[in-house]
Amino acid sequence: MAPCQVRVPIDSDSDIVIARQKGRALAAELGFSPTDVVRIATAISELARNVLSYAASGEIRLEALNGRNRSGIAIIASDRGPGIADVERAMQDAYSTSGGLGLGLPGVRRLMDEFTIDSTVGQGTTVSATKWCRQ
Amino acid sequence: MMVPILKQGHVLIATIMAALSDEDMRQFREALLDRVVTSRAAAVIIDVMAMDVLDSFATRTLREIAYMTRLRGAKTVLVGVQPEVALTMVQLGLHLEGVATALDLEEGLAYLDRTKRRR
Repeated sequence: MAPCQVRVPIDSDSDIVIARQKGRALAAELGFSPTDVVRIATAISELARNVLSYAASGEIRLEALNGRNRSGIAIIASDRGPGIADVERAMQDAYSTSGGLGLGLPGVRRLMDEFTIDSTVGQGTTVSATKWCRQ
Repeated sequence: MMVPILKQGHVLIATIMAALSDEDMRQFREALLDRVVTSRAAAVIIDVMAMDVLDSFATRTLREIAYMTRLRGAKTVLVGVQPEVALTMVQLGLHLEGVATALDLEEGLAYLDRTKRRR
């Protein structure tokens, strides 16, 4: 049985690797296809790097989900950074304020099935992304 | 995490053996460009078969390596992109324009051989 919850503190760039490796292991254990495992690991990598570059530190929480007939994985990236002033704009392709590629959030949304952002300026940001296992 | 860089004739072969952190990627970029300069290499082959993901940072760094290598008059060939990784890169919207690719090391060397002969 997969552990239901894994928490990875994100304080340095080696934590990005740890987070995506834990995500990869959990996704494989939940029965995701090899392609979905890479999608999930890549989404974790992008979200963890966002935490690091915008907020300097934060956390990635990975949760195993049990739906009625399917299992899934939730990635919750949270930080107490500056928050996102214009969430709609942050979700547009090619928009970035950190000198990155601006692919982060919209790219992650494409890789996953469900995606929500909760951000308050001055308080922080929480991004939740869920992927369901194809049966 | 050190990435071994071997020299075979005028070709440098860098094999990424495990997942790299952003800092590892930056160090690899510097080490490889340094070798391109000191060895007067004509081409670089980067084998990414062991990379678990090619995310935005890794892709950007590889593109930078290819561009800087080109400014030194050398070619870059990326080999070993796994099918799952390729699918994810496309979906994420990542591009490797200007970087030649080949299936594996053998094909990469054959590609360089072909392009060399054509000149």
